[in-house]
Amino acid sequence: MNSERITKRVLFTVSLFILIISTGILASLIKGAMPAFKEYGLNFIISPDWNPTEGRESYGALPFIFGTVVSSVLALILCIPLASSTSLFIAEYYKKTKVASILKTMVDLLAGVPSIVYGLWGFYVLRPVIVSLGLSDQGFGIFTSAIILAIMIIPYATSLSNEVIAMVPNELKEAAYSLGATRLEVIFRVIIPNAKSGIVASYILALGRALGETMAVTMLIGNANVIPKNIFSTGNTMASLIANQFGEAEGLKLSSLIAIALLLFAITAVVNASGKFIINKLS
Amino acid sequence: MNSITINKNISPGIEFKDNSVLRKFKNRLFKFIIILLSIITISPIVLILSKLIIKGFRQINIDFFTQVAPDTFEAMTAIASGDIIPGGIANGITGTFLIVIIASVIAIPIGIITGVYLYENPGKRYANLIRNLSDILQGVPSIVLGIIGYLWVVINVTNGFSALAGSVALAIMMLPLIVRSTEETMKMVPENIKEAAAALGVPYHKIIIRVMIPSSFSGLLTGILLAISRVLGETAPLLLTTLGSSFINLDVSKPTSAVPLLIWNFYNDPNMINLIWSSSLFLIGLVLALNIIAKRIIANREK
Repeated sequence: MNSERITKRVLFTVSLFILIISTGILASLIKGAMPAFKEYGLNFIISPDWNPTEGRESYGALPFIFGTVVSSVLALILCIPLASSTSLFIAEYYKKTKVASILKTMVDLLAGVPSIVYGLWGFYVLRPVIVSLGLSDQGFGIFTSAIILAIMIIPYATSLSNEVIAMVPNELKEAAYSLGATRLEVIFRVIIPNAKSGIVASYILALGRALGETMAVTMLIGNANVIPKNIFSTGNTMASLIANQFGEAEGLKLSSLIAIALLLFAITAVVNASGKFIINKLS
Repeated sequence: MNSITINKNISPGIEFKDNSVLRKFKNRLFKFIIILLSIITISPIVLILSKLIIKGFRQINIDFFTQVAPDTFEAMTAIASGDIIPGGIANGITGTFLIVIIASVIAIPIGIITGVYLYENPGKRYANLIRNLSDILQGVPSIVLGIIGYLWVVINVTNGFSALAGSVALAIMMLPLIVRSTEETMKMVPENIKEAAAALGVPYHKIIIRVMIPSSFSGLLTGILLAISRVLGETAPLLLTTLGSSFINLDVSKPTSAVPLLIWNFYNDPNMINLIWSSSLFLIGLVLALNIIAKRIIANREK
């Protein structure tokens, strides 16, 4: 066998790792989740009870699916005005200026802050503000974690939006200006319609980030294993529940936690795949 | 405005309203809102960094880097007598380096070789599958990879919590980042360099090792540094795999501490609260330093 074929073989063989790891993750999660799904069936997903007390054990994922989706969607809603303003600032109003590159660097720094540091900051700085505004007694809850999540996902929401906004052809903008359009009108009638799918994709990917965040949420959401009554009450997310309860888990509880990890894996995979799908259609 | 009044006479059915004042006002108001919201967007990073520096700076001294974390009793006595808390985070620093180095040793070769494979076989269906799978891997929440580290390594390999389990979880996080950055940088290598080497009869593996990798070296390095900085602050997967340790441990099959794990421990212990800020300052400084180096490399390359 000549060296070229050996090299190709080696490249191919190593690339199999990605395939093995991906299928391995899915297989291990399904295998680990089996006892829980055998015990509860699909009721596991829609049951609102999470009770690890021995003898009266009962596990259901609904409060956590609900908490995860609500906190992440709320975070996205809070993030959109901030992220879109920043993108317009960087890629339109102050395009290619010093101030835009400083702003961009600072937004990038947000991505470098570890989740646990966001949690600390949320606990010691943001939470007292929430309490003093009278939004909740202790300051913990869905709303507090959503604010922190919104800050955390801003860099993911802006990086792709910046690119697609900057890529809108100048001819189109100039044509609109020559018809007497104001900048505001150019933004809403030319730039946003042109960059729409890229902007949507970047927000979907940002949502995917928020769904899987663990530490910051654990420290702020209040870890109440019930369906939250409103956005200011405490709740729990799937990731946060796993972090809290995995340590002492065994048997059916362990299996239930792995089942929750499997559901989380599935939800984030669907969200991310739809974001990537839109991006692939773009290019 | 005069010419417009003529227009009004020509088409009697359409009433013309001069709203240019309103339009200009809206335009300026919108710009003001954009600037205001942009300032709000960057204020958290300023607030976080200043909080960490103001509260954490006092605790950083030689001991901070050379001593292991104190136990809760030592911290309590120090607080009672008004001293700063003794000890440091040496067990966390060594643990973080151990875990991240092992993770890099696993992820970098596999990631680069897979990236080269994807670059060499752009249109193949199998290559597209690998590319999509690596995108999916990139989106897997870190806590799920913590469970994978537990199921694969803690249960089956080391029979207990271990640094290796954490490294495996972090390596899976780093892998897709390195794969994609390798493929993207390879695409930027001019085709004619490769052809020149091939024309000289250089064997295929030598083209990769001697031509492709050196000419895209800065790009590969950037990708690796960003991947490392991404996993350096990870807490959740380590909570499920390496567990933590109050000693300096360099045995990969034993429980090991890490800086983020120590922050988590300090946070949960009322006596240790003062140490969280200095540890966080150290961690964020490490992550940002790696980020800045990586960005510098990119900036130099683009010149």
